[in-house]
Amino acid sequence: MDKLGLIIWREYLAKVRNKSFIIMTILSPLLIVGMIILIAYLTKINDSESRIIAVLDQSAFFEDKFQPGKAISYVHFEDMDLETAQDSVKALQYDGLLFIPNAANADVVAQNIFFYSEDNPSTGTTAAMESVIQGVLREKRMQNLGVSNDTFQKIEKEFNLKLASFDGGVNLKGVNEMKAFIGGAFGYAIMMFIIIYGGFVMRSVIEEKTSRIIEVIISSVKPFYLMLGKIIGTSLAGITQFAIWMVSSGALLFICVLLLGINPEAFYLSPEMAGAEMAQLPSDLDENFIAYAQEALQIPWALLLLSFIVYFVLGYLIYSSIYAAIGAAVDNETDTQQFIFPIILPLMLGIYIGFFSVFGNPHGPIAVGFSLFPLTSPIVMLMRLPGGIGEGGVPVWQLLLSLILLIITFLAIVWLASKIYRVGILMYGKKPTYRELYKWLKY
Amino acid sequence: MQNMLVADTVSKFYGKHKALSDVSLEIPENSIYGLLGPNGAGKTTFIRIINQITFPDEGQVLFKGKPLHPKDVARIGYLPEERGLYKSMKVGEQALYLSQLKGVPKAEAKKRLKEWFDRFEIGPWWNKKIQELSKGMAQKVQFIVTVLHEPELLIFDEPFSGFDPINANIIKNEILRLKEKGTSIIFSTHRMESVEELCEHIALIHKSEKILDGKLSDIKKAYRKNRFMVDVKSEAEPDLNILSEKGVEIVQNEFDAKEEVLHLTLQLPCKETGEVLHLLSDLGTVNRFEEVVPTVNEIFIQTVNEREQHG
Repeated sequence: MDKLGLIIWREYLAKVRNKSFIIMTILSPLLIVGMIILIAYLTKINDSESRIIAVLDQSAFFEDKFQPGKAISYVHFEDMDLETAQDSVKALQYDGLLFIPNAANADVVAQNIFFYSEDNPSTGTTAAMESVIQGVLREKRMQNLGVSNDTFQKIEKEFNLKLASFDGGVNLKGVNEMKAFIGGAFGYAIMMFIIIYGGFVMRSVIEEKTSRIIEVIISSVKPFYLMLGKIIGTSLAGITQFAIWMVSSGALLFICVLLLGINPEAFYLSPEMAGAEMAQLPSDLDENFIAYAQEALQIPWALLLLSFIVYFVLGYLIYSSIYAAIGAAVDNETDTQQFIFPIILPLMLGIYIGFFSVFGNPHGPIAVGFSLFPLTSPIVMLMRLPGGIGEGGVPVWQLLLSLILLIITFLAIVWLASKIYRVGILMYGKKPTYRELYKWLKY
Repeated sequence: MQNMLVADTVSKFYGKHKALSDVSLEIPENSIYGLLGPNGAGKTTFIRIINQITFPDEGQVLFKGKPLHPKDVARIGYLPEERGLYKSMKVGEQALYLSQLKGVPKAEAKKRLKEWFDRFEIGPWWNKKIQELSKGMAQKVQFIVTVLHEPELLIFDEPFSGFDPINANIIKNEILRLKEKGTSIIFSTHRMESVEELCEHIALIHKSEKILDGKLSDIKKAYRKNRFMVDVKSEAEPDLNILSEKGVEIVQNEFDAKEEVLHLTLQLPCKETGEVLHLLSDLGTVNRFEEVVPTVNEIFIQTVNEREQHG
């Protein structure tokens, strides 16, 4: 066992001291923070740039309807003909001229409204103007039908469906999406970790094989320990990298916020907000925000973190031992393609199933099926778990069954992979086929 | 003398391919043993079995009288045919790591490494990466790594390939020194002439089978053919009929008139040399009378041919 420790330590050091690894570790937080600052900066510029549009209203229907907003300010021209107005707009370098001619009724007026501008206006600009005109038209038409202004206001009142669960608690819209989003983040993290660090394991095996040191090492330790040590050492290096990223980007971001005075909340899209947006949050945001925050606190974080660790460890071990076996089977990296695709497939499947099926229906048959299937369960089950376990969440038996299946698969895959690994590391010169790999299992 | 290693009817199969069939060997303690045979004969498979990299399908291997145990790897040193070290790892660090894997405590490994580095005068390499060293330099490091845990049994697969003549000689002397200190050594090679002078015992492996083994001197004795190389000083080319009459076959006959020497290769009818010597001395002064001892290469070819003729 102390030999396993030696191997883990060497693999860890070999990875951590690797130049490209160090560069990636240092550079990534800088890049991430740089990106965030750039986005924040650009958003700020975009926000501060507001359009000025001149309105020449020769009718009386749209009086006081064009109110200056955040993105567009309206300047009202009066007692002017169209040509003068156009010249003025050009001279003043406004962004456009909205021309409303006069006519007997609003509908005729509307048909003849024109917007003049140098460039094609953005859809946001036209949509803003259209919505004002639409509103006025609707109001006028209603009046023509004999509906009073008062009644119209009542009809127009916005409506939002309120949700409640059977036990009387208030259900918030978008909570399912929010939970799935959190689970999805965990699942996605697992997938990325497996693909990145599994690849590291594979390349490290290939390196040992091509440098021919492998025979020296396995005359000292069992190949299984070498494989295990490599997988654990590489993942520890990965965890180190992740931790450095988290801490340093956090610190960098904090420093930048302090130095540049950028308000992080302006561009920070929290899961709660994301969920809220999907559900078209009612206008009264603050009150609801608290409710969402409370809901977020009700997510079983301890359970989620615990299962994240368990599913992560098992899932990573399964996949990285397959990666190790692939590395052992081939002579160089270009030969790995045919074997890698089948590994990535279930991972991608897990993510897509998660986003398209689990988000919509966390306890439907597809979600249940793929959260039991061992190659996708580390991802899919984590997307279901934020809903809790037991009543209303993932049934306990499903969680247990999923874990048992995962453990059995883990043992079987590691056993198979170590057999392929043991034979493969001493095989040189030819690109193996699946049939040969099968034969190796019997050596 | 006790045997270091005994292989008892060892067989190994890869699928339907037979890599070793019923190989039995006895490798005596404190000797140099040559495991000889062409490429693909099964030598490396056998060595891998000793190193417990693979395991026999049939038969067993005894190490100092007991079946091989996983812990025995610490008592065996192995230099594989395909040499290799971690390219981007520093020399000293790497040597320490590999010795620790063989079970040498770190401090002890460091001490021994210092000694070896001084002996080979390669102290300054400690902090260099393997990829900065030449192939020959890396081989020296690899040799040190192989012997650092002071194994009782040392196995060299194609020991001198990759070394230039000077370094090959240094390594050869180191191996002999280790043997003096009591280490048993196995040389495995297809270049039989390269180790012939070093080996006390040999085994010939051909097509997964052992075809011959034993003490080299005994084997050579058994394969003598009563053939002699003779130089006779004579002013004129003598008449050789008297030799033919005694049943001596003259394989080669060359007279060097300038040096006044007759070079002969003779095939004697029996082991008795006295009469022939007597006859030769009548022809002139006998400067050389030397038995032609077959090389291991010749013995190998002869044995293989005989086996194939007998089916």
